[in-house]
Amino acid sequence: MTTSPILDRDHVWPFLAPSHVPVDVSHQVILYVESLSVSFDGFKALNDLNLYVNDGELRCLIGANGAGKTTLMDVITGKTACDSGRAFFGQTIDLLKHSEAEVAQLGIGRKFQKPTVFEAQTVFDNLELAMKSRKGLWPTLMARLSSSDIDRIDSVLTTIGLSGQRLMLAGSLSHGQKQWLEIGMLLVADPRLLLIDEPVAGMTAEETDRTAELLTSLAGERTVIVVEHDMAFVRSIARTVTVLHQGSVLAEGTMDQIQNHPDVIEVYLGEEA
Amino acid sequence: MNAVMHFLSLGRAPGSKTLPFVAILFGVTLLASLGNLLIPETSALHVSTYTITLLGKYLSYALLALSVDVIWGYCGILSLGHGAFFALGGYAMGMYLMRQIGDRGVYGNPILPDFMVFLNWDELPWFWLGMDQFWFAMLMVVFVPGLLAFVFGWLAFHSRVTGVYLSIITQALTYALMLAFFRNEMGFGGNNGLTDFKDLLGFDLQSDTTRVALFAITAVILGGVYVLSQAILKSRFGKVVEAIRDGENRVRFLGYRTERYKVGLFVYSAVIAGIAGALYVPQVGIINPGEFAPLKSIELVVWVAVGGRGTLYGAVVGALLVNYAKTRFTAILPDGWLFILGGLFVLVTLFLPKGLVGLVGQLRSRFKPSKTTEEPAA
Repeated sequence: MTTSPILDRDHVWPFLAPSHVPVDVSHQVILYVESLSVSFDGFKALNDLNLYVNDGELRCLIGANGAGKTTLMDVITGKTACDSGRAFFGQTIDLLKHSEAEVAQLGIGRKFQKPTVFEAQTVFDNLELAMKSRKGLWPTLMARLSSSDIDRIDSVLTTIGLSGQRLMLAGSLSHGQKQWLEIGMLLVADPRLLLIDEPVAGMTAEETDRTAELLTSLAGERTVIVVEHDMAFVRSIARTVTVLHQGSVLAEGTMDQIQNHPDVIEVYLGEEA
Repeated sequence: MNAVMHFLSLGRAPGSKTLPFVAILFGVTLLASLGNLLIPETSALHVSTYTITLLGKYLSYALLALSVDVIWGYCGILSLGHGAFFALGGYAMGMYLMRQIGDRGVYGNPILPDFMVFLNWDELPWFWLGMDQFWFAMLMVVFVPGLLAFVFGWLAFHSRVTGVYLSIITQALTYALMLAFFRNEMGFGGNNGLTDFKDLLGFDLQSDTTRVALFAITAVILGGVYVLSQAILKSRFGKVVEAIRDGENRVRFLGYRTERYKVGLFVYSAVIAGIAGALYVPQVGIINPGEFAPLKSIELVVWVAVGGRGTLYGAVVGALLVNYAKTRFTAILPDGWLFILGGLFVLVTLFLPKGLVGLVGQLRSRFKPSKTTEEPAA
């Protein structure tokens, strides 16, 4: 028998539900993406894509241009609406129902391919804006930095090696430093899941090594998904690699398994060799 | 309470120009007022009532320029319809002043303003009710522009209308309002607008003391709004707003609902514009639909561009300078002003992207090479 919500004693009205539900990872999986399809003017950017990411994992996504890596991130973060399919954060949170800002507040941080920092503001201000805090109009109007906030920002500044540039304008940083600042903006927000699009593009070899170190250290307590073209970099950090091709998953496994996978050799590595 | 005190102290951060600005504003206001009231007319130091009224008018324009700068300079929203909020605030004040005339109008009707008697109306339209109360009229000065900005901003910003499209819609908004207010049936005096004001709160609008008081009140409100805006823009809210200007998408991914910030700031800006209009009307003595003209709104964007957007004092300086120039030039060459205004805009856009204030900064950094704290050119 179906009862109307008004008569149903167990019905939880949306406005009564607590707004900050912790992510339910009781089944070890933090991100479920199931049969996701997105098309732009007939072009299928994502075609029945399935992806499961465990809590605390460091996952690398690789694939040629147009394989759907960025579109997948757009769908997860609420930027692009999908045609069909499901995306869940933990057991309970339906990501497709949330806007960009809400997804960010749920604890999903994203770093873009092209570093986008706020160039007219200082490095410190950039981090202050990204910090995990209440983000309504009134709280930000009345916000003041507590000493623990300042400590937190300073510790992130040390991590990303920009302590000396604390009060410099973000616009005057070098390309690599901007990449680092953007990673710092992710860290200071304290997210559960990080989506990182091409973190080492334009970095020197030394900076790349440091980034690899940082990302590996993050995994475990956070979940990290990295999109990257640099194969050496992927090899140095990845435990599990997912290969996307034409909007769906082609193969999944360790780097060695992937490189010996016949399909992958044919469509991806084969082209490069 | 603590949070509020902290908030108000933000504007006093080192490097901000708040204190010198307020000091100069109040100093000049005090000198001009004393020069009018205490120094005899025969003295060379006497400031005429005409000058006082002119200064008061400039200051209300400066307040209007400030309101545009808050959203354009800091949030990147180019509104080409801010004259609409200014005019609405002005009309609210005008309606109060009309009701204050009472039976001293040409037709001597104690309730109905002259234009309604002329149109053979029998009773006040509902929206004129309560406008004889000063407090209610002042509430409307804030409420009507604020509400319009809220509805308009909500619709526009939630549909993610940005850039030139938004500018065009704001332009259409003010044009539509102008056409509406031109109609006699609207009940706002049509073409002629509202005029023939006699007194405000019982003070004769023609007397020197009232004029000086209005001028001084305008200066005090301008100073107050300046300090408040500075505090808002220096708070984290202000940082979010600037970040929206430079990368709205990125701000969304940080977890801020940017539409709400834009609506909030747009309403704040419209309310200031409304207050500026309310201060303008009793000093100029008339409000008519011409204030809604798209050209007026574009003109005030030019003031801000000339002064330097992105700095509050730049907007004020721009409004004062351009209006002073307008007063001078229209006396010499009445038809030439629009050409000068257009030329000014082109020159400033080409050569002074940061306005006159930016030029001063550039010159200063050139002559003081040791202090290289100047921002890199954007």
